[in-house]
Amino acid sequence: MSEVERTEREKPEIEDNEWPIWEVFVQEKQGAPHEHAGSLHAPDSEMALQNARDVYARRGRLLSIWVIPSSEITASAPEDDGPFFDPGNDKVYRHPQFYKIPRGVRV
Amino acid sequence: MVFSPEIQNDVFEYLLRLGDDRLVLGHRLSEWCGHGPILEEDIAISNLALDCVGQAIQFLKLAGEVEGKGRSEDDIAYFRDVTEYRNLMMLELPKGDFGFTIARQFFFDVYSFHLMGSLQESNYEELAAIAAKSLKEIRYHLRHSSQWVLRLGDGTEESHQRIQDAVDDLWMYTGEMFEVDDVMQRLIDAKTIPPMPSLKTRWKEMVVDILNQATLQIPTDTYMVSGSRQGRHTEHLGFILADMQFLPRAYPDAKW
Repeated sequence: MSEVERTEREKPEIEDNEWPIWEVFVQEKQGAPHEHAGSLHAPDSEMALQNARDVYARRGRLLSIWVIPSSEITASAPEDDGPFFDPGNDKVYRHPQFYKIPRGVRV
Repeated sequence: MVFSPEIQNDVFEYLLRLGDDRLVLGHRLSEWCGHGPILEEDIAISNLALDCVGQAIQFLKLAGEVEGKGRSEDDIAYFRDVTEYRNLMMLELPKGDFGFTIARQFFFDVYSFHLMGSLQESNYEELAAIAAKSLKEIRYHLRHSSQWVLRLGDGTEESHQRIQDAVDDLWMYTGEMFEVDDVMQRLIDAKTIPPMPSLKTRWKEMVVDILNQATLQIPTDTYMVSGSRQGRHTEHLGFILADMQFLPRAYPDAKW
């Protein structure tokens, strides 16, 4: 009992000494979208860019890299699944499949 | 390119210097692999090491061709002893702490940046081509090391102290970079390499600028070590070579 209390008391305050996380987006071709490549730790944006270069651009040729603090991303929550993504299969007007595709056009 | 017998050996010597600098530094950097302060930096330093060794391969390969005795870059790297190595003493010093590694890298990157910038204008086409190719990599190395100098110098009390100590300890090894000995002078006279009268000034300007921004003190020029270009080294180089050369010397036919 006292053992437990002491352990509790002596536990140091855990400081978050990790650098912030950044999300890395890379562009492989002119005009292509920047695609998410992964994430990394860095103290600031310049170092994030350099780390991204080292971690994600060491083999293939890239045209451009974006880094964005992960904390700046607003993401949908799992519980948004229903209202956000329910495709509305019952709403036929959302699915433009009424059109006849002219002959000779390849889909 | 075929050289007259008078300068053939000078060209060989000069290419050894360029190659050995990068081979030895590359080896020191490779010692961080798996020991970097964070994963991302571990990868970054390993990338630098690979670039350095890659540059060394090209310079030593060319050195072997100039020498004309059929030695490959591997023969030159693995079968020479300490006194035959021509790298700067600064580059063979143990890797130290992260601050030391960064300070050394920064001093060498600034030097390399200006040196390769000049050498890519060289009349010696093969050399100019390697210099131009290396310069692309060195630009990135310099960006990496100078950004770290800024952050360590202008960071915490401890990081500031550590990199200041490194800068102070390394200063006396920086003079060797700018020595122009008979070998270089003959190459300059033969117009094989361009004269670089302002190399030291340009180096110092950039170094002072970054150190100032990093709130670091610039050491005063005092005693400068010398002699590595003639094969006089610190005791540390022998240990690097023992590490690096053991396998090919024990098993000369070993293949990857």
